Amino acid sequence: MARYIGKRIIYMVITLALIATFTFFLMKILPGSPIASADKLSPEQRAVVEARYGLDRPLPVQYFDYMFGLLQGDLGVSINQFKGADVTDVILSRMGPSAQIGFQGMVLGTVLGILLGMVAALRQNTWVDYSSTVVAIIGISIPSFVFASMLQYSLGLKLGWFPVALWKDGFMSSVLPSIALAMFPLATAARFIRTEMIEVLGSDYITLAKAKGASGAEIAFKHAFRNALIPLITVLGPMAVAILTGSLVVEQIFAIPGIGEQFVKSIMVSDFSIIMGTTIFFSVFLILVILIVDILYGIIDPRIRLSGGKG
Amino acid sequence: MEKILQVKDLELSFNTFGGEVKAIRGVNFDLYKGETLAIVGESGSGKSVTTKSIMRLLPESSAEFKNGEILFGGRDLTKLSDKEMQKIRGKDISMIFQDPMTSLNPTMPIGRQITEPLLKHQKISKTEARKVAIDLLRLVGMPKPELRMKQYPHQFSGGQRQRIVIAISLACNPQILIADEPTTALDVTIQAQILELMKDLQKKIDTSIIFITHDLGVVANVADRVAVMYGGKIVEIGTVDEIFYNPQHPYTWGLLSSMPSLDTEDAKLYAIPGTPPDLLDPPKGDAFALRSEYAMKIDMEMDPPFFKISDTHMAATWLLHPDAPQVEPPLSVIERMKKFPGSRYYEGSVN
Repeated sequence: MARYIGKRIIYMVITLALIATFTFFLMKILPGSPIASADKLSPEQRAVVEARYGLDRPLPVQYFDYMFGLLQGDLGVSINQFKGADVTDVILSRMGPSAQIGFQGMVLGTVLGILLGMVAALRQNTWVDYSSTVVAIIGISIPSFVFASMLQYSLGLKLGWFPVALWKDGFMSSVLPSIALAMFPLATAARFIRTEMIEVLGSDYITLAKAKGASGAEIAFKHAFRNALIPLITVLGPMAVAILTGSLVVEQIFAIPGIGEQFVKSIMVSDFSIIMGTTIFFSVFLILVILIVDILYGIIDPRIRLSGGKG
Repeated sequence: MEKILQVKDLELSFNTFGGEVKAIRGVNFDLYKGETLAIVGESGSGKSVTTKSIMRLLPESSAEFKNGEILFGGRDLTKLSDKEMQKIRGKDISMIFQDPMTSLNPTMPIGRQITEPLLKHQKISKTEARKVAIDLLRLVGMPKPELRMKQYPHQFSGGQRQRIVIAISLACNPQILIADEPTTALDVTIQAQILELMKDLQKKIDTSIIFITHDLGVVANVADRVAVMYGGKIVEIGTVDEIFYNPQHPYTWGLLSSMPSLDTEDAKLYAIPGTPPDLLDPPKGDAFALRSEYAMKIDMEMDPPFFKISDTHMAATWLLHPDAPQVEPPLSVIERMKKFPGSRYYEGSVN
């Protein structure tokens, strides 16, 4: 296991280096300049500003300089969005709200989705099952920003239970965005668990469990659930990605000073170091999620645990 | 002998989109204490359904008892609630399934799978249950049981898994063990080992076994009595010698003739022509008549009752009616009957 994880970490570093390289050069191809009102400056003034941020040096030099900094954990300083601030500090300060709504949304969605899917499978072809399917279809087909606006209007504006937007009331502010983010994982988990539970409940070892005298609840939770989780784990990774990218939109709508909102702005003003830093941060996050998912696989399914050493 | 289970006039149907499938159409048999009753028949004859209905393992949504009763310990199993059945399953009646590769939970250590019925039905602690489970594994011939308790099913071979399933089924010393083709999915050498194990264990714990199979070789090896099923009914029932050496029903003749033996002289193996009846619309009269070369006019019109051949031997065929003409069974069957005292072809003791 330790060897397996070690190997995976080496792959992760290689992946990250590739991502950093691609992002770096893609950004340099982009039109626009991080220097505010660059057009109005005289060439001399411009040269001075560019020199301050090292933008005047040849591209390979800038690249190796950046990568060397990256190796030491230095993401550089913001050029214009948060003038002069350390990129790492910017990201960390912005991460809090994003992590909170993302985590809450993910947990809420997955747990409710699993419950919904379980109930649907155990009451197959009844109204419970059909309503669960409807919820799943709604959750998958309606984008999160539509939900966000609907939640703002109903629970926020009309009922006044939660603040409509902004990040001022701590947990209360996080409720609506979390719910908006939860819809997709909820629908996905419900669909996956339902399908898989129905299949698992029809398998021989469930009949054997029944023949041992196990009750309906014991069969569902002790025997079927863990086996039905395996395919869901597979989609949990991409789902975390969806939450992360989905949060760009949701954070905008709820005016939350999160990392997504800041990322969108940094692209608009071409703040190279912030874009680079955030991209690398997102990548690290995603790669870690994938690693965690792979490790989870092994914990849930012993058959994968053993073969893990070869991967 | 003490009757431990009585199945009386059992009728069961599956409600499907295509209509009512009459899977069991009036099955009667008794199971005695300590005996092994084999139920044989081709696929779709209703042998598995019969035993699953005893355990009430059929989907409640589609399977429906139409008539009859299953008496066990003074109670009619067809009328018990699911809660009451849960107390019987795994404790008084347990079951071994066909495919050991799929009948164990892949994500649960086998130790827990063996202790589960113990903890469920007996008031013992986890440590005691673990001890019993290790003893059970040793009993079914698993080497190093302590180490293997923590392992998962994929770390065992097919034969070992079937041993584990057997250990699970014996955990609570059941009065009845139902083995639904327990050796079909195993290769021949392992088959023999598992059969030996089951015979051995039966002597040790004195349980009654219902053994479902379509393999007559296995029947001869394990059974005390044999019930031959066809089209959702038992067509002949008797001791193993009576069925093998003095069969009366044309279907049993067909089954025995289609069994290869060491002294089969010509290479061509007999096959019963035709296909089993469609139980959505079961034929009138004897269900086997359409495939039988011995069918008479009455077979097409009336279902034959059971005719008694001996105290232990009955067959449902009009050929046994006093007015029926004498017919010659297939040659290979006559050869068998020659060895059976009491059959009309008996030639006296060979030794």
